[in-house]
Amino acid sequence: MANKVIYAVYEDPELLKDGARKLVSNGIKVKDVFSPFPVHGIDPIIGITRTRLGIAAFMFGITGTCLALLGIWYFNIFDWPMNIGGKPSQALYKNLPAFIPVTFEFTVLCAAHGMSITYLIRNKTLPGMPARNPDPRTTDDKFIIEVRTHENHGHSAEAITDLLRTTQVFEINERQY
Amino acid sequence: MHSEAAIREPLILGHKTYHDITNDIVGPIENKAPRGWYILITISALIAAYGTGCILYLISKGIGVWGLNKSVDWAWDITNFVWWVGIGHAGTLISAVLLLFRQKWRMAINRSAEAMTIFAVIMAATFPGIHMGRIWMGYWVLPLPNQFGSLWVNFNSPLLWDVFAISTYFSVSLVFWYIGLIPDFATIRDKVTKPGMKKVYGLLSFGWTGNAKAWTRFEEVSLVLAGIATPLVFSVHSVVSMDFATSIIPGWHTTIFPPYFVSGAVFSGFAMVQTLLLVLRKVMHMEAYITKKHVEYMNIVIIVTGSIVGVAYITELFISWYSGVEYESYAFINRATGPYWWAYWSMMTCNVISPQLFWSKKLRTNLAFTFFMSIIVNIGMWFERFVIIVTSLHRDYLPSSWNMFHPTWVDVGVFLGTLGIFFTLYLLFARFFPVLALNEVKSILKVSGESYKKEAANHHHH
Repeated sequence: MANKVIYAVYEDPELLKDGARKLVSNGIKVKDVFSPFPVHGIDPIIGITRTRLGIAAFMFGITGTCLALLGIWYFNIFDWPMNIGGKPSQALYKNLPAFIPVTFEFTVLCAAHGMSITYLIRNKTLPGMPARNPDPRTTDDKFIIEVRTHENHGHSAEAITDLLRTTQVFEINERQY
Repeated sequence: MHSEAAIREPLILGHKTYHDITNDIVGPIENKAPRGWYILITISALIAAYGTGCILYLISKGIGVWGLNKSVDWAWDITNFVWWVGIGHAGTLISAVLLLFRQKWRMAINRSAEAMTIFAVIMAATFPGIHMGRIWMGYWVLPLPNQFGSLWVNFNSPLLWDVFAISTYFSVSLVFWYIGLIPDFATIRDKVTKPGMKKVYGLLSFGWTGNAKAWTRFEEVSLVLAGIATPLVFSVHSVVSMDFATSIIPGWHTTIFPPYFVSGAVFSGFAMVQTLLLVLRKVMHMEAYITKKHVEYMNIVIIVTGSIVGVAYITELFISWYSGVEYESYAFINRATGPYWWAYWSMMTCNVISPQLFWSKKLRTNLAFTFFMSIIVNIGMWFERFVIIVTSLHRDYLPSSWNMFHPTWVDVGVFLGTLGIFFTLYLLFARFFPVLALNEVKSILKVSGESYKKEAANHHHH
């Protein structure tokens, strides 16, 4: 049997969620969902785990804090301590209040850019990448559930399509791949 | 589905479908621009060209061609810098702070406000750059290994904090804005038919797919960036205020400066958003998305921040007397009654008295009046910075060095030029970029759209 991919097209995020729930409760694995905006509540239904990007941002931020403090200590305390206007640079902890603004800014800089770059790489959205949504209407007004037959050996393509027809689906498309 | 109280006014007027939203936003990008756009961009590009010429003249001759003198060594340059940075605060405030507060009305305005922020910060950064005199040595602000026996920059100095604050703010705002733009560029890519446009928007959209995991990550990134951009916004103008507050000049040496500057920045930023959006909504027919309610919300922010600024002015005045320091008192008496009294009272009228008119619901929902007021506030906020900078400097401890500041044509030309460059960039944005965060607006359509709210209300009654 040839491998098939089935696209169920919906017109509303709530109808799509009902459809996805029905598929999952019948033991069918949903490969992915494509939508023009975030469909809230779809992740637990189709088994998407929470992203760890927040943790990554924290790690980048902490790295920024450490780098900033290390750099400032080296530049202004260790390598060339300056005495400007009778305010000497003596020790990191003594001058710390004056070093907080730059440390803060550098923390934000590293957290924001580190996270954004990780986000772009993880989503495979980079300059020059080709569009990979199955239907151009998913960025306009249609919401699509993708089901692959080779991931659902217990179910024939016909059975899946029939089940989808019992939901408030707008259209169903099948493709060989 | 999440539903909203019927008493809340709809944020999207009339009956719209998801497809209508796409058409309303992408349509103007696909079609030929209206004649008005060509007229406006020609005017602003000419002013921008003149201003660029003035900047090049300034760089080639040195800052002696400005009206600066021995006493008043900061004047229009730093006034313009602070004014532009202030304007650049509204965008991130709208997109970050209002996101954290889950304010849905931000969605119609955040994109264009962020664009304004980015262009305003570019204009702001121009001024310290050209004020250095030798802009080709601008890299000296960075801690780079050098041939002077490793002489490093001074991390105790607020001027250096500013370098880090402004550059972080600019780059983080830019990235935040672009990440929001990617899905909307994908919508344009999938909608347009001309091959050239398809290619360009395809490139800009970075191959966005809009699958479930991508959206989960998108929402996480938006939330975390909003979370870290919020303290960033407040830190940036606080640091700008410390350029003054950490000095010992009477009139500058004030602990009230950071919160006072931040609210002034939000005040002027929202005013500039009003100026731009009221024109944009008319020209691009965005009345269904940028409604009177949106304008009213922004006017409320203007009253609140304008009142904070007013309280700060009066506190400053009171403390200068209460401190018992005669130099401090003199600085403020001189502001109000000295040769620059007209600047002080313009500032007081525009920033303290006029925003109070918005307590009237009739006035704050009147679009023509709002537009007029937004200009008044911007003029007032320019005078605020001028008053703080010039009146504190022009009469110092030594009466023999008292002086007045007279701007030269280069001062005026550079300032006008930044306005020209700013409006040129903004017009280009309005022509080629999605001016609303259309995918965000779609997500609130069925909750806050007028026809859907009515339907839900009827359904509820039966």
